[in-house]
Amino acid sequence: MTDGSSKRLRQPKSPMSPQSPFRRRRSRTERIIEAFLALAALVGVVTTVGIIVVLVVETVQFFSRVSPVEYLTGTEWSALIQPNKWGVIPLVVSTLMIATIALAIGIPLGLLAAIYLAEYASTRTRTAVKPLLELIAGIPTIVLGFFAINFLAPNILKPLVPGVGTFSALAAGIVVGILVTPLIASLSEDAMRAVPRSLREGAFAMGATKFEVVRRVVLPAALSGIMASVILAMSRAVGETMAVVLAAGTAPILTFDPRESVQTMTAFIVQISLGDTPADSIQFKALFAVGATLFLITLGLNLLSNWFVARFRNVYE
Amino acid sequence: MTAATARPTGAPTPIPGLPATARFEPNLMRRKLNGTIFYGLCLAAVGLTMLTLVILLVDVVSRGAPMLRPEFLTGVPSRFPERAGILPAIVGSLEMGLLVAAFTFPTGVAAAVFLEEYARDSWWNRALRTNIANLAGVPSIIYGIFGLALFVRALGLGFTLLAGALTMSLLILPVVIIASMEAIRAVPDSQREAAYALGATRWQVASGAVLPTAAPGILTGIILAMARAIGEAAPLILVGAVVFVTYLPSPIEGGYTVLPIQIFQWASRPQEGFQMISASAIIVLLAVLFVLNAVALVLRARLARHIAW
Repeated sequence: MTDGSSKRLRQPKSPMSPQSPFRRRRSRTERIIEAFLALAALVGVVTTVGIIVVLVVETVQFFSRVSPVEYLTGTEWSALIQPNKWGVIPLVVSTLMIATIALAIGIPLGLLAAIYLAEYASTRTRTAVKPLLELIAGIPTIVLGFFAINFLAPNILKPLVPGVGTFSALAAGIVVGILVTPLIASLSEDAMRAVPRSLREGAFAMGATKFEVVRRVVLPAALSGIMASVILAMSRAVGETMAVVLAAGTAPILTFDPRESVQTMTAFIVQISLGDTPADSIQFKALFAVGATLFLITLGLNLLSNWFVARFRNVYE
Repeated sequence: MTAATARPTGAPTPIPGLPATARFEPNLMRRKLNGTIFYGLCLAAVGLTMLTLVILLVDVVSRGAPMLRPEFLTGVPSRFPERAGILPAIVGSLEMGLLVAAFTFPTGVAAAVFLEEYARDSWWNRALRTNIANLAGVPSIIYGIFGLALFVRALGLGFTLLAGALTMSLLILPVVIIASMEAIRAVPDSQREAAYALGATRWQVASGAVLPTAAPGILTGIILAMARAIGEAAPLILVGAVVFVTYLPSPIEGGYTVLPIQIFQWASRPQEGFQMISASAIIVLLAVLFVLNAVALVLRARLARHIAW
């Protein structure tokens, strides 16, 4: 996602580069074409600015009716049932609880799979296994939600975990974990493969076993890249919508019990937009406020992940 | 920096006769056993992930196959699950995929050509790239909120397929740009230099030398992006993919639905019958995505054969 694009721009090497004395004046057509291309590259900026403007404008309107202190510190959320309560903490806690469960599954599975692919698997095995991992990454998340309520909850969780219902944070966390495993696996594998061979050979020469090389040389050296992948996975888990809407339910209560049905930030946004709430109602403004909160959380996580990637690059490039 | 990150993190086992800080474990058998156990864990992780994929596919297919009859593919949604069909959703998804490709292909490739072939290393162009990378990390539902405000309300498109496709295009565009940039970056400079040596202008180099070579890579990226657009549902809920559509969607007027939204609506109902046809619709959706992925794989294989510099 972030790799490549934040790489240093390639210095133009061609004889037609702007620095070259051989460069002729470009014709009018050439300049028009360049302007069009630049315009296309601007669409991204317009989108970013647009998203921020929309979220800020509507959120400000929400906060003209609800105090920001109540929103940020309140522990009760009741948007559709009177009296309305606008404390966002239950939504944030359920979102983070599901993301934590997802990472508890995605980190060990994804990391071990990455180590297998980067360090142990033969080229043939890797070319067979990688597309299958990508296949999991390509499954629409709605399908995972369906899997959670129709297979995971009734067939696996109910017999194993007493007190778990059809909708639970646990089931949602597990399917989101399935979702982020390939992401962690593929980004961590890239990080491990970027560790110079000489480091491994040095350790082998000192008499280290393969496992010792992996644990004490490769993993510490790739740590920044691995951290970046984990944080990116966290951001994906926080913003995940369809799987969570189906699997976790729509009960906006503050609980730390993963067996309960909960409502995430994304699930609230879906709930409001599915109902027939008028566009100027306080409920609809709340949708934008929750959207802004979600945007800020994922933006923070993405920036943190970029920072780790940049750190990793400094070491080996 | 390297020394600090590469420092061993494992806690040392204290050994009699050696200083407490020694990290040497003299028992080679145990060291090798640890390695074998760890290798087993790695295999188990890969195996468990693959097993999950198999269970998911088997479960969905066994649930959905009985209802997957020709009438299901050609029928329209109904209050009775046994009479319901998904033709409007299939048509909606195909129209959505084509519209998104039509919007993102020219814009995405043009932006990638600009960033790779034209942009100098200025802070503004670096910011453009960072911005695109960050956009790829914005949750899809946020695009839905933006699409609702911009396309549905401000531009007055209403809850139409066109508004949905434009919203989806903004979501997909960063993916297309990044994939196209990678494909363009893989074109060796010798191609460009040869074209410049023949007196080609900058645009002639980009359009005549770089893009044809990068085309398979770009196409692969666009097909995978289309697959994502067809499987994505969250932003469309906000821009009004309608609950109950018994007619074929038109891009500019009236309601529409797409496969993942139809699956969501049926899967949200408690009745067993709707869960079953929801699984049938999932089979159709996965089949469409499978075809798109297969095409992308073939293109990628052709690309690998093509590049033999």
